[in-house]
This record gives sequence, structure tokens and C-alpha cells, in this order.
Amino acid sequence: MASILNDPFWDTYAGQGAIILAQILAVLVPLLLAVAYLTYAERKVIGAMQLRKGPNVVGWFGLLQPIADAAKLLFKETILPAGANRVIFVAAPMVTFVLAMIGWAVIPFGEGLVVSDLNVGILYLFAISSLGVYGVIMSGWASNSKYPFLGALRSAAQMVSYEVSMGFVIITVLICVGSLNLTDIVMAQKTVWFCVPLLPMFVIFFISTLAETNRSPFDLPEGESEIVAGFFLEYSSMTFALFFLGEYASMLLMGAMTSILFLGGWLPPLDIAPFNWIPGPVWLFGKIAACMFVFLWVRATFPRYRYDQLMRLGWKVFLPFSLLWVVLTAGFLFAFDLVPNR
Amino acid sequence: MILQALAFYLFAFVAVASGVMVIASRNPVHSVLFLILAFFNGAGLFVLMGAEFLAMILVLVYVGAVAVLFLFVVMMLDINYVEMRKGFLQYLPVGGLIGLILLVELTFVAGAWVAAPAAVASIPIAPPEQVHNTRALGNVIYTDYIYLFQAAGLVLLVAMVGAIVLTLRQREGVRRQSIARQIGRKRGDSIELKDVPRGSGV
Repeated sequence: MASILNDPFWDTYAGQGAIILAQILAVLVPLLLAVAYLTYAERKVIGAMQLRKGPNVVGWFGLLQPIADAAKLLFKETILPAGANRVIFVAAPMVTFVLAMIGWAVIPFGEGLVVSDLNVGILYLFAISSLGVYGVIMSGWASNSKYPFLGALRSAAQMVSYEVSMGFVIITVLICVGSLNLTDIVMAQKTVWFCVPLLPMFVIFFISTLAETNRSPFDLPEGESEIVAGFFLEYSSMTFALFFLGEYASMLLMGAMTSILFLGGWLPPLDIAPFNWIPGPVWLFGKIAACMFVFLWVRATFPRYRYDQLMRLGWKVFLPFSLLWVVLTAGFLFAFDLVPNR
Repeated sequence: MILQALAFYLFAFVAVASGVMVIASRNPVHSVLFLILAFFNGAGLFVLMGAEFLAMILVLVYVGAVAVLFLFVVMMLDINYVEMRKGFLQYLPVGGLIGLILLVELTFVAGAWVAAPAAVASIPIAPPEQVHNTRALGNVIYTDYIYLFQAAGLVLLVAMVGAIVLTLRQREGVRRQSIARQIGRKRGDSIELKDVPRGSGV
């Protein structure tokens, strides 16, 4: 075993490439499985909340339902509308899917368990999540149809608005950590998770992630009762499936971001015996799963926001409050001489 | 090293090519999308130079916010492409002349560029290896030149206030939602229970 690991092949370009490829697969394959079973979990959880059974026919307890759905989507016909701008129409779902995947490159699953340990990891994540709007705008415009276009316009305004408050929340965490590196952010929460001292920021961040991923109650871009299905109205088969996968993968990414910024990433709640027996990646998975459960719970509970209320919440409530909290946190750290890395 | 050189030529080539496509493509939405591609490759070049903070800020600010609004506006434009191309030959001599003059001027400036000796002397020494560029930038902006930075912020604030003043208008007869009034409403304000005797109205 050791002789294989010490082989000089691993230092060549081909060897390095093979290692990187293996790392990427090790992240993406479980991710796609998680996405498939997140759709199953969504239908089961919302079914239970509405006193229904949810999927229960395909396989035991309906466990094979996601696979049946995937097969159905694969074998359907891809329809290109006559008036559509073909290149952009096909590129839009790919953009959505790729953006949802590449964010995972910087997520640390444990100490050192990360594909790329960037110094500016949190900025990278924030930049990738702010690009998600392009898939929506491109699809809405390229469909050359009125409902997708309306959906795209709504989504553009919504995602740009909520990014601002998300940025301030991230700044609050950063001035408590003193580093943009995601591993450093997790290690700074060894004593106490940031959701305790920064509870209001945690709530604002969570609601902003709902808006950023176009989930209910902020799912105006796809509001089915007003604009049919919004931006992906004209999509079918695999192009639709790519949107679907991309959207759920970015939900998981947002869950991972929330866990890392506020819930201590891979760290156990207390560093004592029964907790620290469980390995770090399991803790991170559990925290992401908890965030996803709240996502589904919110969807089953709240009605959709009206458009002007959505804008009011983003600009007139979250933005001033998070700005105030940045100033308060900075002032507190400065006054008690707690600023990291002085 | 060879991989870095290859990456540099790839990013540089795509950046220049998409820059050309911005002005060459017929459809304005395609132009904006090519502009975004050019920004991306610019970010890639920054990463190659080791300025990862600038690269991320470029993607975050220009691609994630400015270009979105740009695309938003361009998508709404109703342009007749045939009409737009009509005067092309007519304007070509004047436009070409201006372009040529600009090119010549730029060449002169670039050729005669000499940095003042005082400026060369005042360039701070490169930060040591362990200080990464995020912190180096933070020191320059927020510690060394804090007043200039704040002044730049004030200029932007004035511009923003100006834009709002120019576009704000009060319309008559618009019913706005007042959340405070909605929440402040009591049961007694809106519901009144009356005992109506049988056989007579309220």
C-alpha cells in the first residue's frame, strides 16, 4: 500500500490530475445522491405535515422514487421552442447546474478535508451564489415567452436585493473571525458557535438564503399561481432536470454555508466524550440536514410573499438592521479589545 | 510553470476575443453575455497573478451585481437591428478617424511614459510572504489612506442621493401599505357587535 502511495507517478501532471479528479468525484457523487434524496425527503416531509403519505409505491417506503423520476426525465423529449434563442436556451440550465456544483470546491468537510483550501473561500462562495441569477435571467430571456420573462425579471431584482444583507451578515462573521478562510471560520467556533452570540444575524442569513435560492415563501420567480412556472416554463426533459438538480444542489450549498458560518461546521456541539466520537463529516451532514428540514418546514407553513412586501423586507428591514449589527459588533469587539489578529 | 503559462494564454485569448465579440455581435444581450465572459477571464488573470482577493471582488461586484442590472436593462430594450445597422457606412469615416486619433494618442502616451523618480521611490516594498494580499489591501485602504477612502465614499453617496432626487416623484392617489397601521389596529376599531331585535333592521 505504502509503495503505491510513494510512487513518483503522483508528482507528475497526470498523477496530480488523477488525484484532483478523484477528489472532485468524492464530493460530487455523494452530492448528487443527496440531491436525489432531498427531493424524496421534501415530498415525504411535506406529505407528513399535510397528513398524507408522500411517495410510497416505488421500492420500500418509496425509496426508489427519485431514481424512477430521474429515468423518466432522461427518456422524455427535449423540446426547443420555435422562437427561442437556441444557444442561450440550452446554456442556461447548464450554467445553473455548474454554478451549484463548483461552490462545493471550497466547503471543508473536516479539518483538511477540502478540495481547495482558498484564502478567500467565503468570498468565493458568496460570488458563486450571486452568479446563480444568471441561469434564471438567461433562461427567461431565451425562452422568448412572457411568463418566463416575468419570472426572470422578478428573480433578478430579488436575488440582487437579498445579496446585500447577506453580505453584511458575512462581514459580521468575518470581523469575529479575522480571516476569509472557511477552515479558519470553523476553527474560530471551537468554544461557542456563532449562532449564539450572533443570533439575529443567523436568522437574517437563513431567511436571505431562502430568498437567494428562490424557495418559498420567496418563490416569486416560479410562482405557479401567477406566472405558471416562471423561468423554466418552456423547459422539458433533461434541461428541466438540470434546473431542478441545480436548484436543490444550491439549497444544499446554502445549508452548508449556514452550517459553516453559524453552526460550527464539522465541530461537535461540545468537545466531550460521546460527541467527539462521531467523525466531523457526519456532524456537517447532520447540520445541513437540519437546515434542509427547516427549508421544507417553511415551505409547508408560509404563504408566498407579495412582491412589494418582499422588497420591503429586504431593503427596509434586513439591510438597516444588519448594517446596525455590523457597527455594534465592530464597536463591541473594539471596546473590549477582542478584535482578532491585531 | 508551463501549466501557468498555458492558463495565462487561454484566459488572455478568451478575454480579448470576448471583448471583440462585445462590439461585434448583433444582439445586445449577446454583447452583455460576452462582456461577462470577459470579466470572468479578467478574474482568472488576477488569480494567476496571485491577487485572489481582487479576482473575487471582480466577480462579486461586476459580474454578480453590475452586469445583472446591465443585462436587466438591455433585455428590456426594443431595438430594430436592421434600422440600427443602416447608418453604419455613413458614420464609418468619422468614427474611424476618432478611433485612429485615440489609438495614436495612446501609443504616444504609452511610449513616453516615465514614472517620476519620487513615485518610484515611494512604492512600498512588497509585503512579506506570510501577509496575504487581502490583509495587505486592508492595511492600505483602511489604515494608510482611510481619509481618501472615506472621501471617495462620500462622493459616491452624493451621486446616489442625486440619482434618487432626480427620479423620485410623488404620485397622487396611490394607496400604500402601512404595516405599522395594520398591526396597530385593534379589534374594537373594525368590529362592532350589535344585538338586533327580531323583526327590525340595524
